[in-house]
Amino acid sequence: MAERSFKAEVKKLDVPGGQEFRGEGILAITKALLEAGVGYVGGYQGAPISHLMDVLADAEDLLSSLGVRFEANASEAAATAMLAASVSYPIRGAVTFKSVVGTNVASDALANLASSGVKGGALIILGEDYGEGSSILQERSHAFAMKSQVWLLDPRPNLPSMVQAVHDGFDLSEASNTPVMLELRIRACHVTGSFTTRANKRPALTVRDALSNPQRDTSRIVLPPALFDHEKEKVYDRLPRARAFIREKGLNETFGPVASDIGIVCQGGMYNGVIRALQRLGLASVTGETDVPIYVLNVTYPLLDDEFLDFCNSKSSVLIVEEGQPNYIEQAFSTMLYKARSDTRLYGKEYLPVAGEYTGDVMLGGIGNFMRGHAPDMLRDGDRAPNEAKSSELPDELKKLIPQRPPGFCTGCPERPVFAAMKLVEEELGTHQITGDIGCHLFSTMPPFNIGGTTMGFGLGPASNGAFDGGGEKRPISIMGDGGFWHNGLTSSIGNAVFNQSEGVVMLVDNYYSAATGGQDVLSSRADNPKRSTNNTIEGALKGIGVNWVRSIDRTYDVGRLRDTLKEALTTDAVGPKVIVASSECMLNRQRRERPARNAAIKAGDRVAVPRFGVDEATCTGDHACMRLSGCPSLGLKETKDPLRDDPVAHIDESCVGCGNCGEVADAAILCPSFYQVDVIHNPGKFEAWWSKVTRKVIGRLQTQRAARRIELETA
Amino acid sequence: MSLDLTQLDVGRSTVTDAGLIRIAILAVGGQGGGVLTDWIIALAEANGYVAQSTSVPGVAQRTGATIYYVEMMPDPGVTPVFSLTPAPGDVDIVVASEIMEAGRAVTRGFVTDDRTHVVASSHRIYAVSEKTVPGDGILASDPVVARVRKAARAFTCLDLAEIAVNRSSHISASMFGALAASGALPFERSSFEEMIRASGRGVEASLGAFGDAYDASQKPQGTDAPEPAKAEDPEASRLHVPARHVAAWTVLTARLTELPAPSCDMAARGLEKVVDFQDLAYGAEYLDLLGKIGGSDPVLSTALAKHLANAMCYDDVIKVADNKTRGRRAEGVRKHMGVKSSDLIHVTEYMHPRAEEIIGLMPVAIGCRVEASAAGTALIERLFSKGRRWRSDKLGTFVMLSALAMLRPVRRRLLRHAQELAHRDAWLDRIARLAQTNPALAVETANARRLIKGYSDTFERGQNKFATVMAGIDLVSDREDGAEWARRLTTAASADVSHDGVAGVLATIRSFVD
Repeated sequence: MAERSFKAEVKKLDVPGGQEFRGEGILAITKALLEAGVGYVGGYQGAPISHLMDVLADAEDLLSSLGVRFEANASEAAATAMLAASVSYPIRGAVTFKSVVGTNVASDALANLASSGVKGGALIILGEDYGEGSSILQERSHAFAMKSQVWLLDPRPNLPSMVQAVHDGFDLSEASNTPVMLELRIRACHVTGSFTTRANKRPALTVRDALSNPQRDTSRIVLPPALFDHEKEKVYDRLPRARAFIREKGLNETFGPVASDIGIVCQGGMYNGVIRALQRLGLASVTGETDVPIYVLNVTYPLLDDEFLDFCNSKSSVLIVEEGQPNYIEQAFSTMLYKARSDTRLYGKEYLPVAGEYTGDVMLGGIGNFMRGHAPDMLRDGDRAPNEAKSSELPDELKKLIPQRPPGFCTGCPERPVFAAMKLVEEELGTHQITGDIGCHLFSTMPPFNIGGTTMGFGLGPASNGAFDGGGEKRPISIMGDGGFWHNGLTSSIGNAVFNQSEGVVMLVDNYYSAATGGQDVLSSRADNPKRSTNNTIEGALKGIGVNWVRSIDRTYDVGRLRDTLKEALTTDAVGPKVIVASSECMLNRQRRERPARNAAIKAGDRVAVPRFGVDEATCTGDHACMRLSGCPSLGLKETKDPLRDDPVAHIDESCVGCGNCGEVADAAILCPSFYQVDVIHNPGKFEAWWSKVTRKVIGRLQTQRAARRIELETA
Repeated sequence: MSLDLTQLDVGRSTVTDAGLIRIAILAVGGQGGGVLTDWIIALAEANGYVAQSTSVPGVAQRTGATIYYVEMMPDPGVTPVFSLTPAPGDVDIVVASEIMEAGRAVTRGFVTDDRTHVVASSHRIYAVSEKTVPGDGILASDPVVARVRKAARAFTCLDLAEIAVNRSSHISASMFGALAASGALPFERSSFEEMIRASGRGVEASLGAFGDAYDASQKPQGTDAPEPAKAEDPEASRLHVPARHVAAWTVLTARLTELPAPSCDMAARGLEKVVDFQDLAYGAEYLDLLGKIGGSDPVLSTALAKHLANAMCYDDVIKVADNKTRGRRAEGVRKHMGVKSSDLIHVTEYMHPRAEEIIGLMPVAIGCRVEASAAGTALIERLFSKGRRWRSDKLGTFVMLSALAMLRPVRRRLLRHAQELAHRDAWLDRIARLAQTNPALAVETANARRLIKGYSDTFERGQNKFATVMAGIDLVSDREDGAEWARRLTTAASADVSHDGVAGVLATIRSFVD
């Protein structure tokens, strides 16, 4: 059950041709796949294309009705391997995952797929997680295209262009027997807009049909001698065919006047930013009319020598706007110009930053400087020789006045108590060598927990402690989530640890979902999913692979038990890896599931207890030890109006979901008696209500009597 | 309430931007920035504009700071080329769901005085870095408000979270209302409200919050400080004096006038607290000590009035039990939880007293013996090794906690009181001594008492830090800058959980004293 439901949006995927389709980029891509007659789809979730997987999952009925197979692949490698169907059969296939980390995982399959070549169009939709909002290492997908000789599309970030890129991508793939990657940056995936639909198309050959009539072509198998032919085929045959197709179909675009002394070349994804910069310089309109010629590379690999040289013809200076590094395109174009003995000078990273995202101000600065240097006459006076900008001190002043706000665990997150327990163990037994993994649990590396030193890849937390497997005075600890475990961790991390008789401790954080990517189901998810096999236990897999020391904690909020179990793992004499499986459901998903059910039950008159926590202001002394073991958004501060107090007290706001962490931590860490839990009982039974009334009356009387005998200060 | 578009068309790109409006929404993940964005898009389209929004999905939305971005313009007949990210110096409207996020918009250059209208909620969502400071780590919002006001072309700032909570709605609705009232968008109020109705979820509550925010935004706003009352504006006393104690209480309060005038208010608060903690006699003791040690120095007297009260009202089991069983506390819990007096609630208290606190409850002679005997301490430790979860709404538990609270009259004979007394008197002696020789240092010695607070480890840690500060104070007692060093010691001790900070300052002091 994913975090966001697209059931409503999915209905839009079934509209007939010729209609206006409005929605997010991701949804438009899905529609385009159906219009292109795709035969099978798959992928692995991860921002920014998580929603594409969610849309596909929610659209499964529609997909089946069109004869399209949807596979929620176990990893990006599995997804790319699935494209093998297009090697042997003329069926279009598409998979999606985040890049560059997903492409890394997929690269083995990708290289083999590229070597074999494809009969049916094979499209890989890459969610380029680069720049602001990214949570991964910053590299380019471009290198994968170059090294494996697969083509890379980078369409302009608007819905019609993105949809067209899907159609072109399949056609290009089939025209050149080569897989094609379609790159979409973060904000493009979630940009809203509209395009005109085409009718959905059933695949000419479905995967079911193909099964009935199996085919194989030994020349496509990556084994000698065929593999030597593949390499030559790629450069001597497929590449020229791809170039011819790109040229003939006009996949790249040119805007603006033909005659000009200068020009700009950009990746498709950079186009809107370039136009905005030119518009701010008075050289373009908001609707895209430009005084500066722009050559837009909707295909960034392969590049077309003749097309580029044509564009440069009679221009003395050309600026290339190429985001990221190394500047592969600039290098390639430079070579073209050199070999053609051209007089055109190419500029790129001289004006634009070598590394980092090309944001609005970066573009404005870079393009502005280029224009000032090479075509100052085109600029308005103020832009040609701008006055020294009167830089305001306000931004710098404010930087010191506002706090950083990195992402962290959500309200009620079941992973918070895991790290509270680890923190308590650290206080008792000292610091340990700890590795992290990919997933929500990586928030542990930030305050208030500050736990974990490295993250090497999905499911690689324990593996990245390999050097310490032999143990020593202290044991190494690694953290891994259920998502990482099933993606890769079972073999690469746990198998590795068992085989090498690791002395290490693995904290396996199981929140029932691939939570960080939006709550998709995994093998061990607890919910019944009619279309997937869930409820396959992590413990079963651990035992099966040979882990002998496994402790399951079925309620992570039991901080004391977690602490004791971790202490046991760190001190036991048992040989081999020690794995603690700490399980509790992701609170976002749990609330989404339970809240409507709870409200319905209350409405129906059932007895329901709704918990929430509070803090006694009179008892809290404002030390905030509880927050150093929490960081929960609902546990905040309150400035008291009491002049006798210097420090703000703890305060729990109405967003509290009553997970219990506050009370458990106060208990396990022996913090203070300030926390209380209130359960509001909806629709109590008759006897319960009567007895409660009696009790309240008696207690009330005792309280009144006591208050009458003493001087009492009212506290909040 | 439509607005002349030209009002927004300032700055360099006027010529070619054809009514383009750029809106950056800075939110904290999980606040519903997406809902607001959807409303704005629908609003634009309903008014004949073309619009585009973008957002950053993924981890940025897990409680971190995140930006939604919208561009819109009157439909030019062809598809405009909208930008996907806000650019410094090129944003017309910034909507910030929290005041520090408005500040962040300025740091990123999105707020410029030639064009940007900022609509911000003045409330605070404290960052983890503010919450984890052992003392007061809250960053002030007033300086941020002042600077955002200076940076912006126009500024609408009010507590939109409170408005939403009062209507059981979400801040997205009140932000939409403030945005409508700001006049930054050229659309009618009714059109805004139509979008809320069309969204179909929680419509009434959302419209309520929208309307409240709209109306409140129209009222003139203060120059700098937003609405919430500040800590330095103390509320009226809420002391309940039963008839039988009125006479004695009046006699006691009359004595306040004997103190230096500036310290009277603080001493009145302290007196209330002390009498509430124990009894009238304890109040008299408080005034005696205050008069004797504080003397006629108004600064010392004020500092002492505060810290002596806190020192005398130490956090023992009796105090906790007393507070947890009060009728007014029960009412407070209901009020905080927003439940009606007729609702049935269970209240579970999370208590985990340590052995020390239990032993402290024993009469001095017995307590000392148990404390000295390893077996006795071990037994108590075993008995109280687990935390207790007590349902204070149950009669049995209530009676048990009340019984503990009713130990109040004998508190003076218990071990904990003896320990606190010794500690307190040593501190007061030091202050009395310094008051003669180094009055400024005497004040800082009084202020250092703020380090002692909490329970268990926290309490112990505070005591250790306090001891370190006292050791430092003794070293600088003859120096003119002694007070400055004492202040540094206390600040270092309260800014950091560990002992390292204050130990560092002490080491520095040692280096120049020796």
